[in-house]
Amino acid sequence: MELIRLLGQNTLAGFNKLGRGTYFLTHTLAGFMELLPRPHLVINQMYSVGVLSFLIITISGLFVGMVLSLQGYYILSDFGAEESLGLMVAASLVRELGPVVTALLFAGRAGSALTAEIGLMKATEQLSGMEMMAVDPINRIISPRFLAGLIAMPLLAALFSMVGIVGGHLVGVGLLGVDNGSFWSQMQAGIDFEDDIINGVIKSLVFGFVTTWIALFEGYDTTPTSEGVSRATTRTVVNSAFSILGLDFILTALMFGD
Amino acid sequence: MNNIAQDNLVSVRNLSFSRGNRPIFDDISLELARGKITAIMGPSGTGKTTLLKLIGGQLQPLRGNIIVDGENVHRLKRKDLYNLRKRMGMLFQSGALLTDMNVFDNVAFPLREHTHLPESMIRSIVLMKLQAVGLRGARDMMPNELSGGMARRIALARAIALDPMMIMYDEPFTGQDPISMGVLVHLIKALNTTLGLTSIVVSHDVHETAAIADYIYLISDGKIAGQGTPEEIKNSSSEWVQQFMNGTADGPVHFHYPADDFIDDLLVPSKPDHPPRVSKRYGNLEP
Repeated sequence: MELIRLLGQNTLAGFNKLGRGTYFLTHTLAGFMELLPRPHLVINQMYSVGVLSFLIITISGLFVGMVLSLQGYYILSDFGAEESLGLMVAASLVRELGPVVTALLFAGRAGSALTAEIGLMKATEQLSGMEMMAVDPINRIISPRFLAGLIAMPLLAALFSMVGIVGGHLVGVGLLGVDNGSFWSQMQAGIDFEDDIINGVIKSLVFGFVTTWIALFEGYDTTPTSEGVSRATTRTVVNSAFSILGLDFILTALMFGD
Repeated sequence: MNNIAQDNLVSVRNLSFSRGNRPIFDDISLELARGKITAIMGPSGTGKTTLLKLIGGQLQPLRGNIIVDGENVHRLKRKDLYNLRKRMGMLFQSGALLTDMNVFDNVAFPLREHTHLPESMIRSIVLMKLQAVGLRGARDMMPNELSGGMARRIALARAIALDPMMIMYDEPFTGQDPISMGVLVHLIKALNTTLGLTSIVVSHDVHETAAIADYIYLISDGKIAGQGTPEEIKNSSSEWVQQFMNGTADGPVHFHYPADDFIDDLLVPSKPDHPPRVSKRYGNLEP
């Protein structure tokens, strides 16, 4: 009996939250129009969500590429196909690891920061104060951050893939002695612009959208106490990770499943 | 009747509000005179801040309505509500300064959001407002470098930036040292007179508030427990009002939380607070 009651309660609470989240999203997207005359609001946010994530993305990309190259080499060399190493590294990065790992890192680096920032603004009555000054906090605070996240994510994913390929080249060509020419030419021949690159960009856009939405909504919807903010931050990272991995499966099935 | 409506900037009529199942206000009515300082006092947790949020339209009442300057706050469209809010200033207890901007930009914030004034004019206005609260020299500081009293004065400068018709003060004196408190008391009075404002001061600091208020409402348990000019309140015959104004420890509001008789409690230390355990087979199990 208790179980059924709990199930009903949680389901209702879940739908309630989904409803609030959707309302929040439409309000945020409507706020994009007001940003047109004030691009500096978005540019400032792109600095904090995008530029400040550069270092973690670059370093992670480099190591992921290096590991890919190392692992790929041992498998490919069993079949005498070391020349395809460049293709393998690039394809896995552009299609999967670039968007997914970047999104996970983005959720941890920028998403949690956004949730904490918005949550603390709420806890310290800054959002409330803005409302009393007749400034809509969603238009002024949330929308620019959302747009910034949306722009930053594909760029960061591209950076990740690029640095990853460089890392793969360093290990594959520099360390393991794969032929430099075939490393690049196999990659060039095997990677399709539409199938691989555009699909990768679409993935990263979707991930950026979902992650930023979750992060901003969790911050905005937080219980305004220090405990509430800490919980919201945790939820941002956990829910983003679930959403990214789940959506990645669906998107991959849709894009490459035929 | 018409005249009274003209003289009152804010009318709260038959307002009821509750949070969850807990009633905060039960059918209260208040009239706040234009150009005066009205104080709303009461013990902590009686919903004084909630009242300000209701007047500002941030919360919806359960019943009743609130008229500010002839407009029914909770019937307004979003755009009109925002236009009304431009004419209301609110000073939050925490100051609610934007922590990513310095003092100057904080005071300039409403001007930049709502006007298209050139930067040189914004500068002049901001410096004037900062001068009025005596903190022109602090314009380059960040909010985290300010003391609590300074933060509230900056927030006050920001609240008057758009030259509002009224200001709502949420606990302006709480947690202030005597000097900052004196400064704030003086400022609230001075601004009200020089700028022709209407002020609502929510507070439980009896003496400071009574010193500047023109009219006082005392709220307790969702009802109005007393009202009048500071003189009338001081001479009130209500025991509760006397206890609140004088801060005596015992009175209608008891020092002790309701409990059993103390002697009984001490003498019967093992008094069971659960029903005696009785077994079907062995009878009473209590010693």
